[in-house]
Amino acid sequence: MASDGAGPVIQMRNVNKWYGQFHVLKNINLQVSKGERIVICGPSGSGKSTMIRCLNRLEEHQAGDIAVDGIQLTNDLKNIEKIRREVGMVFQHFNLFPHLTVLENLTLAPIWVRKVPKAEAEASAMTYLERVRIPEQANKYPGQLSGGQQQRVAIARSLCMNPKIMLFDEPTSALDPEMVKEVLDVMISLAETGMTMLCVTHEMGFARQVANRVIFMDYGEIIEQNKPEEFFRNPQNDRTKLFLSQILH
Amino acid sequence: MTAPTATTELKPPALSQGWLGWARENLFAGPLNTLLTILTVWLLLATVPAFIDWALLKAVWSAPTASVCREAAGGACWAFVYEKHRLILFGLYPFEEHWRPMLVVVIFLAMIGLSCLRRFWTPWLALYWIVALTAVGILMWGGVLGLTYVENERWGGLPLTLILSVFGIAFAFPLSILLALGRRSNMPAIKALCVIYIELIRGVPLISLLFMASVMLPLFLPTGVNFDKLLRAQIAIILFAAAYLAEVVRGGLQALPKGQYEAADALGLSYWQKTGLIILPQALKLVIPPLVNTFIGIFKDTSLVVIIGLFDLLNSLKASLVDPAWPGFSAEGYIAVSLIYFALCYFMSKYSQALEARLATGHKR
Repeated sequence: MASDGAGPVIQMRNVNKWYGQFHVLKNINLQVSKGERIVICGPSGSGKSTMIRCLNRLEEHQAGDIAVDGIQLTNDLKNIEKIRREVGMVFQHFNLFPHLTVLENLTLAPIWVRKVPKAEAEASAMTYLERVRIPEQANKYPGQLSGGQQQRVAIARSLCMNPKIMLFDEPTSALDPEMVKEVLDVMISLAETGMTMLCVTHEMGFARQVANRVIFMDYGEIIEQNKPEEFFRNPQNDRTKLFLSQILH
Repeated sequence: MTAPTATTELKPPALSQGWLGWARENLFAGPLNTLLTILTVWLLLATVPAFIDWALLKAVWSAPTASVCREAAGGACWAFVYEKHRLILFGLYPFEEHWRPMLVVVIFLAMIGLSCLRRFWTPWLALYWIVALTAVGILMWGGVLGLTYVENERWGGLPLTLILSVFGIAFAFPLSILLALGRRSNMPAIKALCVIYIELIRGVPLISLLFMASVMLPLFLPTGVNFDKLLRAQIAIILFAAAYLAEVVRGGLQALPKGQYEAADALGLSYWQKTGLIILPQALKLVIPPLVNTFIGIFKDTSLVVIIGLFDLLNSLKASLVDPAWPGFSAEGYIAVSLIYFALCYFMSKYSQALEARLATGHKR
């Protein structure tokens, strides 16, 4: 595979996107190496979610190049499906399938997309449920679980596809405060396995503890990026300073 | 916070409990409410006993001729229905062959019952249906296995109604799903085609479609090409029902949160996997009430085939009403046929409620 070398697993070059006349992403350039853990923050509407959603084509970019795991992201449906198989995504609102049990949520994609035999898929799903510490919920429906449990199931569901990259789109912002930690703990232990992660989040404690790099976005641009300790101690840009002063009371 | 103890819990006031409380709350909550209650009770007292009197107490259940029945009865003359039940149920089908349409009705009801049970929801069910429908065809047409041939001009009554509605729903439903998906498609040509189809068909009364199918279509076909009236009516019903059902299905597709589509995409499912495994199971479950509503409508709309001269249940009743030996029993006849329609519609309604309850999987997020 192309990413096994030292080359970047994600390569965004001069990516631009518009919603109608509104310019949401302006000349985004981003390289992510294998095993890197990146936290993306910025005010609401700054384009952070849109940027990571471009990486698996939930959003279409209109100019520039994106390559994921060495595969060019174009309108070619084959390439899009290939990339989506390698990229896991965790959503703000979990988006579990409510008509399927937890176990069925986890095995669906491996069985249908990766063509894994059912028994094997279920065995591997159970190991992932153990990793997110809720194996006892396997036969329940998502609607019977708490928000934190649902989000952990959602993470396990993505991991079942053995992705090379995990995208997190504000994974804790729809959770009740007491459930944030259980989800962050799962994400931290995932980071320890060496997974390449891009997280849109405002959990600055998580950023400090886990990230190799913090990216600050505003008005569709990457304003500043740095190692977390530098980023928090010594922000360069005025907008970054203002943003940090607003979220770190 | 401490949990409430036994001493802090008060009993609710006596008047708000039991049947007395219920009556106070629901029947006599205020002056207007009380007035309505009294009015309703008066209306019921004025009509229900009279109807029971007519339909049951003073009714005659059997009589050799119409005039005997007339004289004996102070109320309904159900002897008419008994006398004519074979004509009503089976129309103009040859009298001595009536066991065949009877068996067809039994097959249909059995298959419908079977299809309602969840443990039969396997690919085998399709095979059972093919076998059952083949049997229906053989029984109705005959001409093989020593059965005399009966042309479908003579089919009628309940079997015809069941044939038109079962085939109507069975073909219209899958077609409607494709139309609804097409209408939401990103491909402009497919989308336009589906929109035009739905709007055109939905904008026309079923009667005019049936009329076109039976009268106008043959004019456009080259001479010699001719397919029969029943088939044309069946196709008209399928096309019409599909347009209606498509909009119901689209409602379900639109009601699903966008996140479900995105999650399926993000996992790498293909369009048809996403649609079949994630979207449709949820969307169709959401629209069970309006779907069944439309099914019931289609079932009853089959009676419109009367205008092109097919003898469905309602029309074969009309045929029996004009018998000069038994004149003037239309009330009895219509009530009897209504009971058949009602029984089948009520079954559909109850079944849909049970299905909804069984498919519920807790709260949606």
